Amino acid sequence: MNSKIDIINLNLFIGKQQILKNINVQIPENKITVILGPSGCGKTTLLKSLNRLTDLYEDVKVQGKIIIDNEDILNTKQDVTTIRKKMGLLAQRPYPLPMSIFKNIAYGLKISNRGNKKALSQRVEHNLKQVNLWDEVKARLHSPASRLSIGQQQRLCLARGLAVDPEIILADEPTSALDPISSQAIEQKFIELKQQYTVVMVTHILRQARRIADYVIFMYLGEVVEFGDAEDFFNNPKEERTKAYLKGSFN
Amino acid sequence: MKIKKTEEIIFKALMYISVAFITSSLFLIVLSIFYKGLPSMSWEMISQTPKGGFYFGKEGGILNAIIGSLYLSIGATIIAMLFGIPIALFINVYLKKYNRFVNGIRFFLDILWGIPSIVYGAFGFTIMIMLGIKTSLLAGIITVSIFILPIMVRALDEVLKTVPNGLFEASLSLGSTRTETAFKVFIRQTVPGLATAILLSFGRAIGDAASVLFTTGYTDHIPTSIMQPTATLPLAIFFQLGSPIEEVRCRAYSSALILTIIILLISVISRYISSKYNKHRIKF
Repeated sequence: MNSKIDIINLNLFIGKQQILKNINVQIPENKITVILGPSGCGKTTLLKSLNRLTDLYEDVKVQGKIIIDNEDILNTKQDVTTIRKKMGLLAQRPYPLPMSIFKNIAYGLKISNRGNKKALSQRVEHNLKQVNLWDEVKARLHSPASRLSIGQQQRLCLARGLAVDPEIILADEPTSALDPISSQAIEQKFIELKQQYTVVMVTHILRQARRIADYVIFMYLGEVVEFGDAEDFFNNPKEERTKAYLKGSFN
Repeated sequence: MKIKKTEEIIFKALMYISVAFITSSLFLIVLSIFYKGLPSMSWEMISQTPKGGFYFGKEGGILNAIIGSLYLSIGATIIAMLFGIPIALFINVYLKKYNRFVNGIRFFLDILWGIPSIVYGAFGFTIMIMLGIKTSLLAGIITVSIFILPIMVRALDEVLKTVPNGLFEASLSLGSTRTETAFKVFIRQTVPGLATAILLSFGRAIGDAASVLFTTGYTDHIPTSIMQPTATLPLAIFFQLGSPIEEVRCRAYSSALILTIIILLISVISRYISSKYNKHRIKF
């Protein structure tokens, strides 16, 4: 297994409360890794520390190492924007930028000064096609992104993230605000995307994890209880707490 | 159950009474301005400078005060924007993490908001003495911009506060810096509200009499340089109302009518501009 992200002794505190307790896991390259666990167990916090969005909050203290491509992103001289460009983020609900559909995709490309105008529209088309949104929006590329449906917005956000050529896709319960058909579209897309990208997805939906996970990290109360291959994890759990969770004893 | 129902009725009645009270006072103010102002209203009022002095003169108009007020408040609003927008963005984008510090800033801005404008006038006057400036448009612009700055920053701040964290995170995740996020995402998301906030400050600037009393002076001429004193609408109303001549007192209401119409016009224009940009706003 080729690991893309190496998390070593990660501890995270908000004020005096410890949110993440001594996390040690590897996230494999070109696989879908699902972070699974009940609400409030620190899944989202773990995901956000991967692209240092935890920097935005008051009183957050992070200790340990997160190594991506031989670089400890928590203690690096590298600019935080370069780290973030490596990762696309898909949030719990879509947050399109307050501009047109076209500009939503072009925004990331423009700020990294890539390509001329013609190349730009090609890239926009390519990325919209990648998330199967092109046919639905090609006639109204310059109308506001706010007019799309929630499901379309989430796909637009995915396309926007892909446009800046990330290596990793971080997704925080990306289907929780979507209808079943849109959810399925996102899941399907992730399965296709794992050829080229490393996907890390947070979810509390057990069935979703069963459907798409290659690799599972199970968290409970800020600790990683068990992690490993999805097949092993679901068919042959080792820990008592994992067995209880899979049976649906707590949620 | 019965107590709850009476409670409901009492509070509903209170709400109706206060709404009626506020709308009727507003209506009465506008009505009295129109009633007293319209008879003295004429083309001369808005196209000529006063003849025979603003205090005793029954002829001419208040063009000097209209132009003076516009110069003054547009100048002051632009200067306040140059400082206010960066301050408000800094508080909401860069200092987001430091909640306690930001609340401290807000607290002091609120105090500054509450200081009566006559105090700003006196403060502006001491600055003038320090710099050796006489009563002039420049002195007025400086004073009024200091006076409206806290109002503008707090109003902008309240608007920028509404930008959801998720949008901030989304923009940063795309690899943009905080400055890019501030100017390309925060401003776009809040344009309608920002326009309203700036308009609010403009309204305070054009309507305030006390802060210009010491600083801009008063004259019957239209200023041709920022070093000259200038008339303003609120002071025109103030002086005209104090006149012993009945006709001049009526002219004060025409001046008030003009001031009200200017504010109304600015309001309509800014609504139009903001509605043009509103379509990009993401609703949450």
